[in-house]
Amino acid sequence: MKVGRFGQFGGQYIPETLMHAVIELEEAYNHFKEDPSFRTELKELYAEYAGRPSLLTYAEKMTEDLGGAKIYLKREDLNHTGSHKINNVLGQCLLAKKMGKKRVIAETGAGQHGVATATVAALMGLECEVFMGKVDCDRQALNVYRMRLLGARVHPVTSGTMTLKDAVNETMREWTARIDDTHYVLGSVMGPHPFPTMVRDFQKIIGEEVRAQILKKEGRLPDYLLACVGGGSNAMGLFYDFIDDTGVKLIGCEAAGKGLDTEQHAATLAKGTEGIFHGMKSYFCQDLFGQIAEVYSISAGLDYPGIGPEHANLYASKRATYVAITDDEAVDAFAYLSRQEGIIPAIESAHAIAYAQKLAPTLSKDKIIVINLSGRGDKDVAAIARYKGENLYE
Amino acid sequence: MNDRIASSFNQGKAFIPFITCGDPDLATTKALIRAMATHGADLIELGIPFSDPIAEGPIIQEADVRALASGTTTDKLFDMVREVRAETSIPLVFMTYINPIFTYGKERFLSSCKEVGIDGIIVPDMPFEEQDELEGTCRSYGISLISMIAPTSKQRIEKVASRSEGFLYCVSSLGVTGTRETIDDTAKEMVQAVKSVSCTPCAIGFGISNENQAEHFAAFADGIIVGSAIVRLIAKYGRQCVEPVALFVESMKAAANRT
Repeated sequence: MKVGRFGQFGGQYIPETLMHAVIELEEAYNHFKEDPSFRTELKELYAEYAGRPSLLTYAEKMTEDLGGAKIYLKREDLNHTGSHKINNVLGQCLLAKKMGKKRVIAETGAGQHGVATATVAALMGLECEVFMGKVDCDRQALNVYRMRLLGARVHPVTSGTMTLKDAVNETMREWTARIDDTHYVLGSVMGPHPFPTMVRDFQKIIGEEVRAQILKKEGRLPDYLLACVGGGSNAMGLFYDFIDDTGVKLIGCEAAGKGLDTEQHAATLAKGTEGIFHGMKSYFCQDLFGQIAEVYSISAGLDYPGIGPEHANLYASKRATYVAITDDEAVDAFAYLSRQEGIIPAIESAHAIAYAQKLAPTLSKDKIIVINLSGRGDKDVAAIARYKGENLYE
Repeated sequence: MNDRIASSFNQGKAFIPFITCGDPDLATTKALIRAMATHGADLIELGIPFSDPIAEGPIIQEADVRALASGTTTDKLFDMVREVRAETSIPLVFMTYINPIFTYGKERFLSSCKEVGIDGIIVPDMPFEEQDELEGTCRSYGISLISMIAPTSKQRIEKVASRSEGFLYCVSSLGVTGTRETIDDTAKEMVQAVKSVSCTPCAIGFGISNENQAEHFAAFADGIIVGSAIVRLIAKYGRQCVEPVALFVESMKAAANRT
């Protein structure tokens, strides 16, 4: 099989100009991932800077309220910068430094990945530029300011739909213009090889920690793992260590936006078809002629028309299942977790909470669900208030 | 090798214009093909508009938006080519991202290319490593798969050139398509490196917008490709663009052969 493939998915569908850069990256990654000093440095950054390991919190009130399976929350919201994105960014920026790169560029949707990249760039003394759709800049204004505060330049992207997909387009264009001193810190398990593999490797610590934590607390593996899916990095990070444990069911939660019967959703696996875009063969929301669709979700982080190729393979091979959660359900879950557990989830993560609300009551009390709480919801408070009709601005 | 493509490098330095099909509409595209064919174009690159053209700069991105807004689809494009092919024998190649081919169906797409008289395809997001995706199907329908070489290709040049067909599309500089004020000597070194390992004709594109640049690049390449400068004229003149574009093509073909 060719490199960088997950079944038939993945690959390296990018302009010739970028091939040298991804080959150089793959070589460096293959070298450093086995390098003891690189591993030690990264481990120390995870522990001393990001705050790992993140907690596995028993959601007692939620469990009692739903009356079924026992629910645990993997607390990626407690990481520095407030989401799982820091795991990947620390890995890639450390690698970029080892490769002698002076500058990093990144795309961002909700702004979580952009903030994480700006943060680590500040820490490591790298120049940083972030591309963010104009629409997303408006709905996540606070994150834009946060990135600037951290010393990054933020470029609002005004092409296409002005959201995450266009931010990826623009970051790729920027990379083709300046490759020598620049590393593209791709934020999810997507894009051309080696990104899907490398990003998953930097995120798989989530699942590895869950395994150790749940074995300590419960003496056994969980029955269900739940995570929201846009590009799919927090889900891949949670799932990866459990792929061979076939008794553990893996469930990804996509954004159904205003409903699967409308045009306004971002449910790639429920509604998309196979295609080749952003460097990878995978599933995409598109029309009959291969034009990429405008997608929609209340969550800027899930508002993406594709999904990482390893998820495509987990889906095609039926190892994982994927469900779609609407805006309304996610907004309800956002409030639900806040009141039940005193934890405000990111609106992205609220999609996984919403599915747990449906799933847990159907299961017996001896079952265990682990939900990846991939980020905290402070960034979403004002937008959710507006969604509910309150005139609240940051 | 496709005979029509080979013949386009027989009349001095080749001039290869690019237009986005359906910008501003397919009737204008057809008129442009006819006019360019009789005003010095040796081969025409026809862009299939795409929602997310990651190798294009703003000028061609906007053309894609206009073309899609005018209702252009792959099916209508094949119909347009079939009609224009009855009137001209100029070599025609499609420039398209891979997704429109993959989603349409590789067999269906390439058999339609053959049926309507397309000579080759250029797929900017399908590098050497993924060429297997289309190479076999292209071969069975006699469609040349045109490869690209970039300033970063370096040690990859020999490998890419060894499987090239039609001509090699040499990317003049880093970055996306668009007009450039200055272009350095990278392109000359790149073309020399290609020439030392391959006898496939080399055409240079990306950033060539005026007669001086045409003359400069034609001095060491077999042809030049001009896109954004033409697309800019189309944006400016809309449905009245045929005459200004024809005059521009004529002047660029002359400049390319001044050396």
